[in-house]
Amino acid sequence: MTHPDREPSVSSIPDAPTPTPEPPPVSTQGTRPAKDRAGRAFAGLSTGAGALILLVLAAVAGFLLLEAWPAIQAPAEELAKISWIPDDGSLARYVGPLVFGTLLGAVLALLLAVPVALGIALFISHYAPRRLASALGYVVDLLAAIPSVIYGLWGGLWLAPRVQPLWDWLGANLGFIPLFEGPAATPPRVMMTVGVVLAVMILPIITAVSREVFLQTPRLHEEAALALGATRWEMVRMAVLPFGRSGVISASMLGLGRALGETMAVLMILSPGLTYSFALLAAGRHQTIAANIALQFPEASPLGVSALIATGLALFVITLLVNMAARWVVARRADFSGAN
Amino acid sequence: MKLHRTSRIAPLAAVGALALTLAACGSDPATDDAPTTDAESGTTEETSLSGQLSGAGASSQESAMQAWIAGFQSANPDVSVAYDPVGSGGGRTQFTEGGVAFAGSDAALDEEELALGAERCAPGDVAELPLYISPIAVVFNLEGVDSLNMSAETIAQVFNGEITQWNDPAIAEANPDVELPDLAITPVNRSDESGTTENFTEYLAAAAGDAWPHEASGDWPRTGTQSAQGTSGVVQTVTEAQGAITYADASKAGALGTVAVQVGEGYVEYSPEAAAAVVDASPLAEGRGEASLVRELERDTTAEGAYPIVLVSYSVACTEYEDEAEGELVKAFLTYVASEEGQQAAAGAAGSAPISEEMRGNVMEIVDAIA
Repeated sequence: MTHPDREPSVSSIPDAPTPTPEPPPVSTQGTRPAKDRAGRAFAGLSTGAGALILLVLAAVAGFLLLEAWPAIQAPAEELAKISWIPDDGSLARYVGPLVFGTLLGAVLALLLAVPVALGIALFISHYAPRRLASALGYVVDLLAAIPSVIYGLWGGLWLAPRVQPLWDWLGANLGFIPLFEGPAATPPRVMMTVGVVLAVMILPIITAVSREVFLQTPRLHEEAALALGATRWEMVRMAVLPFGRSGVISASMLGLGRALGETMAVLMILSPGLTYSFALLAAGRHQTIAANIALQFPEASPLGVSALIATGLALFVITLLVNMAARWVVARRADFSGAN
Repeated sequence: MKLHRTSRIAPLAAVGALALTLAACGSDPATDDAPTTDAESGTTEETSLSGQLSGAGASSQESAMQAWIAGFQSANPDVSVAYDPVGSGGGRTQFTEGGVAFAGSDAALDEEELALGAERCAPGDVAELPLYISPIAVVFNLEGVDSLNMSAETIAQVFNGEITQWNDPAIAEANPDVELPDLAITPVNRSDESGTTENFTEYLAAAAGDAWPHEASGDWPRTGTQSAQGTSGVVQTVTEAQGAITYADASKAGALGTVAVQVGEGYVEYSPEAAAAVVDASPLAEGRGEASLVRELERDTTAEGAYPIVLVSYSVACTEYEDEAEGELVKAFLTYVASEEGQQAAAGAAGSAPISEEMRGNVMEIVDAIA
């Protein structure tokens, strides 16, 4: 379906200043060489930029592999000498809990952030008065600009003491659920607190992208829904959400990516420990890859640095997998999005 | 060391600024228009020291290092010294790779690093000088309690999770005058690998006997504990939580309560003198180079008035530098650091323990040979 609003944008290409139809591109080569040289230069530049990003990606992957290699192929006895590697010198046993902790924290943050972000985005795009909506949108964008170390300080110094009673209550009353196994640790330097801070950190990016997508919902879809007698909520459910689904997924993956790689906030809030535990309220059970690298790097021996880079390689692979999964979901959903 | 200074301060300062941007070089005040790049090494009596000196390493030395740098630069205004507190391991790596002229390290170099260091310093030797001695305080947060007496066993049991309440009989017996609350103890340790942890666990392993079943290690041996990054991290965590206890560089203890440690029959509060006393009572480590003054600390000492939980941080340098000017700078700087004035400056700024006269003699023998 074509949208009437979109049509002007199709004909407003800079190359076509006059309303008369342009001749096919082949013939322009002879008639307007100067302009075409600029066009070719631009094409070259943008191709170069595209290639550059691949090059950077390859360079990062290459660096990680190269630097991690000494640790990957080091004999277990050598690795066991590093004080924070398990006594049997197994790199896999060291990376395992870190991967687990990283995913646990990021998924927790995502679970907490997505519903709230969708609410804010829908409010801005469909419920709020226009003036309030633009002001709110601006504030959300501002939130995204706060550096993570600030969130870390805020989470550790301000938020943690204030969530303590809540965690105590969760541990005491919902302790039968393994996630909330009590008693809650004092001070609350636990994964649950980290999850909340990470959720706040990724909220702006998910909100901002979702809002943009929701605003793109074709007006005709919305009006059609309303004309059929739908309430505003039904209209949102039938027209806006299906249209924005792939965009929301992309937004969530952007957020997940940030949560996976978040370093400072985790480093400052969490009492780390290397176990496979779902007890979110217990201290010293979890650690994330990024925070662990920042934590251990200063005192690491050359082989230790290599082992840390190997964990970084694991994080790189996880992030790639997450993004590929998101791509796949988005591609699969594209037919239903209503964008076509 | 004699340092001549002319009265022509202004042009000298200008040249100094110029020289700083051009790495270390001896600039003669008389020929100040064309700065020569590391040509003649400023060894003659006429030249004053100038140039840049960079070091990196233990963050424990940071406060002291700032005092030393300030003191040294006020005596040698044309020299700029920079110290990057990247951590002991980072400092040792940068030193052995030749990135910095000297390093600060809470631990002696291990075999691998010694080999790399010997390569970097060839044909000289690696010098390890105990120029920063700092007591590690066991600090806690209990309202209304400033000081508690504890034996090594008690401290070990607290940090091993065996004593879990503040009003435990083991603590109460040693502190008859203190009213202890019925409150859970939250032991907090460093989450990063650190020299402070290594020295603290070394003390526990040596002095607490069976109460501390773990080996000494820079990485905390127990899991599932509360922990935080860095000295400021643990102190911050303890400051926030009633009933928490941790170990930290004494200079950062702030307003928290401190533990007086049982030595022999008495209890010793940490103090610079008490810390220096235990270092002097300990023998040199064997099997290291001649320029190495690494000490085997006697943690289970019963010497009266000696405080056994100390961190000895070493200044690591070469006895010979490729660039003679750099060697001159290192020599002058370490001479100042080891001097009584330098040690007092560190004590004032960081609460460290000034080294003894005997130690100074040993250190200066090595420093004087730096070229």
